[in-house]
Amino acid sequence: MSGTVQSKENLRLLSGNEAIARGAYEAGVKVAAAYPGTPSTEILEYLAEYEGAHAEWAPNEKVAVEVALGASMAGARALAAMKHVGVNVAADPIFTASYTGVKGGLVIVTADDPEMHSSQNEQDNRHYAVAAKMPMLEPSDSAEAKAYTKLAFSLSERFDVPVFLRTTTRVSHATGAVVLGDVEPPAVPLGFVEEPAKWVMLPVNARRRHVLVEERMRALREFAETFEGNRIEWGDRSLGIITAGVAYQYVREAFPDASVLKLGLAHPLPERLVRTFAAGVKRLIVVEELDPIIETHVKALGIPVEGKDRIPLLGELNPRIVRQAISGEAAPVREPAIVPNRPPNLCAGCPHRSLFFALNKCKVTVTGDIGCYTLSALPPLKSMDTCVCMGASIGTAFGMEKALGEAARGKVVAVIGDSTFVHSGITGLINVVYNRGFSTVIILDNGTTAMTGAQDHPGTGKTLQAEAAHRLDLAALCRAIGVEHVYTVNPHDQEATEAVLRREINRDAPSVVIAQASCVLLPEHRAERRPALEVVEELCNGCKACGKLGCPAIEWIPLTPEEAVAAGKKPTQKGVVRINRLMCDGCNLCPDVCKMRAMVEAAP
Amino acid sequence: MSAPGGNIFLAGVGGQGILLASEVLGEAFLAAGYDVKKSEVHGMAQRGGAVTTHLRFGPKVYSPLIEPGTADILIAFEKLEALRFIHYLKPGGTAVVNAQEIPPAPVSSGQERYPEGIEEALRAVTPHVHLVDALTAALALHEVRAVNMVMAGAASHFLPLPEDAYVAALTKRLPAKYVEVNVRAFRAGQALVGYGEMQPNDQ
Repeated sequence: MSGTVQSKENLRLLSGNEAIARGAYEAGVKVAAAYPGTPSTEILEYLAEYEGAHAEWAPNEKVAVEVALGASMAGARALAAMKHVGVNVAADPIFTASYTGVKGGLVIVTADDPEMHSSQNEQDNRHYAVAAKMPMLEPSDSAEAKAYTKLAFSLSERFDVPVFLRTTTRVSHATGAVVLGDVEPPAVPLGFVEEPAKWVMLPVNARRRHVLVEERMRALREFAETFEGNRIEWGDRSLGIITAGVAYQYVREAFPDASVLKLGLAHPLPERLVRTFAAGVKRLIVVEELDPIIETHVKALGIPVEGKDRIPLLGELNPRIVRQAISGEAAPVREPAIVPNRPPNLCAGCPHRSLFFALNKCKVTVTGDIGCYTLSALPPLKSMDTCVCMGASIGTAFGMEKALGEAARGKVVAVIGDSTFVHSGITGLINVVYNRGFSTVIILDNGTTAMTGAQDHPGTGKTLQAEAAHRLDLAALCRAIGVEHVYTVNPHDQEATEAVLRREINRDAPSVVIAQASCVLLPEHRAERRPALEVVEELCNGCKACGKLGCPAIEWIPLTPEEAVAAGKKPTQKGVVRINRLMCDGCNLCPDVCKMRAMVEAAP
Repeated sequence: MSAPGGNIFLAGVGGQGILLASEVLGEAFLAAGYDVKKSEVHGMAQRGGAVTTHLRFGPKVYSPLIEPGTADILIAFEKLEALRFIHYLKPGGTAVVNAQEIPPAPVSSGQERYPEGIEEALRAVTPHVHLVDALTAALALHEVRAVNMVMAGAASHFLPLPEDAYVAALTKRLPAKYVEVNVRAFRAGQALVGYGEMQPNDQ
């Protein structure tokens, strides 16, 4: 009976991200680096809580992978984690790390976001494994997330290859039961050994390494045939489903009796196992989220198979979609009620709202970037005109200028967050100066990486462990780049902000405006928070000017003509506004827009 | 909800502490020997948007997602969100709903009205609707952030574990200094649903 007690003591409810962190810890990871990005962020936050590993926020994903690769070269087990689009940033070192191979196990986590819950595209990063000729493990729940992370390190060392671990939102941000294990002693001794043929990717060496890469793929294909994560669960042979990742869970839920080939390795595929499975079932279907990667491969083997002709190409799957797609049956469900939307919004007191309210008065085209401030593209602010990827705001603003020439002067502005600027905005700004532009770049410096839950970065002067670090001076950096006009404003000071914006937008030279005010989610903000405001109802004339702010603390209370008269208003007044004191942050932006001066500091 | 397993659907507004409430419930079911899976969405959705958590328990759970029409219980932290997600409830399921109204952007900007008659609309779907004032209960404890534990307490009447299980999970999951107020919030939530109101709900 003690065994039961023991296992219960070691049983935890972990998210996929917690499980990856735990798996890396148990694998003895020594160096881990990441840039925050939903749904991958918590992996490093959890890893930082374990003793014995160096865990860090890197300025971007490319640096994170290079740090992890360097640690691997020195013999340590290392991990880099990122969201799917982060792999695009890191692709350069990843593709050549596939050639160099590793010394200590090297694992690269890619957390994909089907359905785009918090992303700008829906790319399927399994393509990267094929393109970079690297194996990719794909867990389907938290227990596998931990087991596959450990396995990824040992596979990396065994086959001399960096290993991808791919999750999706429903693995990273789903929780499940996980049994904790012990920490493994390192398999590889520490120390960098000079080996130019492996580590120096000059063409002469890289050509030889490419031969080894192809040999390695052949060995990995053999491994895939017997890997226990690739398994056939024989059941009713009239239906056979090949699946991987969280889609496996949906398949088991929807078709508990079907035969299933569950692939734990997304790349390379076990061809003989696929043939065996296909030969053993009457009807063969691939159920995979996003692109038809397994399906295309199975078809290339000459095996007739159903797939994306039935299973949606877009968005997430779920058991209902899978059941309906395969059997055409689904129990009828009630139509969802038609109710007002609840879109995400900038927080009450958010400095971005203040900055964009001032910027809107300047009537300019705003090239945007990735962060909370992207929400300013939504009504009522509708400030942002473009959003592509991390760092794109500056390059696209400059490109517009070059295309439009003089017509763009005073008309185009780039906005970018502090963390995003460090991630990949700096080179864009260098380009503006170097190629003689006149762009105005607004750095929205709220002192954190807010969208992903307030992570530190080089500009905050704190590490992942919240220890003091050198604080990158953004203004000094911009000047060093060659921007002569760098000004810092407090966006909550509307008058000063608007004046500086108008002046700099029209300037015949590159300029940077740093809009500096802390994110309201930061604990340090609470200390400097000003008292909440309230509306003097007798003064409110229902003009809705404050509605243009889109502040969640300001609520419109509709009035009938009778209610309006009873409240001492004209019968034509359609309503009044009220400030929700629980939400109001005291930013004092609304008094600036209220001509009736109805917003006043609330009585304590 | 009877013993072999169940689906708990939590809905509310970003910032209401839904994730923490679902973690406490999940821990309690795991400790009681159930397999547990839970799914939620972070990031963009948390900036005041609609937030949901799917929590499933049973002898063996595959999918981390609850299908529409199969939730045994809907725990809604905000009234409008109860209506938005009521189609996830199975016929005859139980809805435990916070009476608090948080106007979404189209309402607070005056473009749309906050829907009236939500309680009646919910009752048209299931007779087992329990409307509770979790905000007042939390404010009485001087802790507006405890709305989540008040809701967990109110919902606990319809979940198969004894009270101790939730309190133990809460104690395990929260920093020591927050345990007491949250246990009080949980008990306050329990008191909001009278035993007379409780009806068998697994039809």
